Amino acid sequence: MAVLTFNEVTCKGCRLCVEACPKKILDLDTSRVNAKGYNPVLCRDIDTCTACAVCARVCPDSVIKVEKGAEE
Amino acid sequence: MNKRVLMKGNEVIAEAAIQAGCKAFFGYPITPQNEIPEYMSAHIERRNGIFVQAESEVAAINMCYGAAATGARVMTGSSSPGMALKQEGISYMSGADLPVLMVNVSRCGPGLGGILPAQGDYFMATRGGGNGDYRTPVFAPAYIQECSDLVFHSFDIAEKYRTPVMILLDGMLGQMMEPVEIRPTPPIEADKSWVADGNTDKRPPNIVNSLSLLGDVLEQQNLKRFEKYAEIERTECMVENTVKDGDEIAVVAYGVPARIVQNAIEELSAEGIRAGLIRPITLWPFPYDVFKSLPASVKYILVAELSMGQMVEDVKLGVNGKYPVHFYGRCGGMVFDPSEIADKVREIIKGGAQ
Amino acid sequence: MATKVIYEKSRGLKDNPLTYCPGCSHGTIHKLVAESLVELDVLERTIAVAPVGCSVLAYNYFNCDGIQAAHGRAPAVATGIKRVCPDKIVFAYQGDGDLASIGTAEIIHAAHRGENFTVIFVNNAIYGMTGGQMAPTTLINQKTTTSPYGRFEETTGKPLLVSEMLATIPGAAYIERVSVHDHAHILKAKRAIKKAFKYQVEGKGFCMVEVLAACPIGWNVSPVDSMKFVRDQMMPYYPLGVYKDKEGVQ
Repeated sequence: MAVLTFNEVTCKGCRLCVEACPKKILDLDTSRVNAKGYNPVLCRDIDTCTACAVCARVCPDSVIKVEKGAEE
Repeated sequence: MNKRVLMKGNEVIAEAAIQAGCKAFFGYPITPQNEIPEYMSAHIERRNGIFVQAESEVAAINMCYGAAATGARVMTGSSSPGMALKQEGISYMSGADLPVLMVNVSRCGPGLGGILPAQGDYFMATRGGGNGDYRTPVFAPAYIQECSDLVFHSFDIAEKYRTPVMILLDGMLGQMMEPVEIRPTPPIEADKSWVADGNTDKRPPNIVNSLSLLGDVLEQQNLKRFEKYAEIERTECMVENTVKDGDEIAVVAYGVPARIVQNAIEELSAEGIRAGLIRPITLWPFPYDVFKSLPASVKYILVAELSMGQMVEDVKLGVNGKYPVHFYGRCGGMVFDPSEIADKVREIIKGGAQ
Repeated sequence: MATKVIYEKSRGLKDNPLTYCPGCSHGTIHKLVAESLVELDVLERTIAVAPVGCSVLAYNYFNCDGIQAAHGRAPAVATGIKRVCPDKIVFAYQGDGDLASIGTAEIIHAAHRGENFTVIFVNNAIYGMTGGQMAPTTLINQKTTTSPYGRFEETTGKPLLVSEMLATIPGAAYIERVSVHDHAHILKAKRAIKKAFKYQVEGKGFCMVEVLAACPIGWNVSPVDSMKFVRDQMMPYYPLGVYKDKEGVQ
């Protein structure tokens, strides 16, 4: 299973990760803002995540850490 | 070691710089300083230094900026219009507190002007031609021996205070030959903890810059830099003063023109007119204090420059209204001879105080 | 449960948050540079030269020594550094106003002398820091704050093709143009940037990677649309590819 960790304070809500995600499971959390005033990114369906790290690589602000669990 | 030899001013400066441990010279051709880069290109690389002929004076001073930021002892040379182009880099180096030795073998201007000697760069040198609040120590040799000695001293001043330093001479001194003995002094042990030389396995990253976007921070940086300038003013001022009790007039001149004035003083002495010479060796800091303690016999001050009158403003600041200050200048590359100065002195004395 | 890190912020970058605008490509390019320096194991002996422009504060982000240069002069500053520290890794990070306008003399002559350092040239077709003015790289008909009716070829010329120009200089060892508008191109850009540093480590000479980049705020479009602008408007005029490779292998 995949683990996504968002360094939320550095997220600027640019949506580049949301657009790039092949599984379309990322979105901006429009219910709240971070300290900088942006809607931060969130993952709506972590079980679908393959830890491909496309989101992390397109993020200009290094917000996302991607980990993959050891084989079950 | 070094013997007394006959050498050209520009070549002496280059040789002294190499012996002072100059690691890199970045320059660009311009008359009448060309013997400096020419000498450097022939000699510095064979003695473990770097010579780069840059694409412009602007690039040359920025190469100095980069090399100095790594802690290297660096130097550039140019002449008046070229020094004007270097002002961007001088301001940046002042703002980043970087040492560099700059030699201006000046010529006449403004604009392209001509290649004959002149002293029209006094304002540019002492007031700074670049943007912002900064000062540049400026040394003005009058003899080739002094050129050599001041090279060693200037590098030390630059590194001790982390500031650009200029040696300002005119084409006459750069081009003429005199006997000289190059007398090396060991470089000072300057603090180098600030350098950005790519050794972050041993320490946290260092940053060299002149950018400061917060007003209160930048103000504090400027205030700190001006404490350094105040220290330089207190301790680094140099002047030759031959004014003695009984002298009626003090003539102020710097560089080679001071030697012409000295000849005029000897000519006047033969006819009983007593005059003394004040020769600032540092143009900044300017030896203002010398005018506070002149003998009571002095009634007049004459300033002689190869310009339309620039240092005369500093003399007036030093005199502060105590004496009438007269001026005699030639420009365009024309050089006064001793009789012109002597005539001016006779005219002043005959005319009485104004 | 044991986990394996697939991707995290490079230690080539400091912890400071980037002050760039949302979606700005500078952050992406910074990452690629930082990752390359770490992977080549040269970070601790690297000296970065920051330009004037949006990336003027780059020295606050790269986790190595940093020297800030005057506008356009980064290649001259880098020359001074590299000549006295030939065993260090030196790179100049420059925007298009910096490199393609005020600094044309410096970049051409650094390439001409074959200086052994790396230049990362960020081409986003605009002056970002000063508020979106026209650059030499601004596209024809592109509106900026100093070309409010669009850039006219008759009076301002055609966008300057820097990579093509520098590739004609014998001293240049490696010149490539890449883009960072999507994931696949980011991976290719990473390979180019890493190669440009590897060449420096090997002493091959002057290397420059031109990176087509987005300036969403300066262009007045969303970050997502700005990436489409790079793909649909910039890439047709600025073809990607290797323009010079001393090794002769594409």
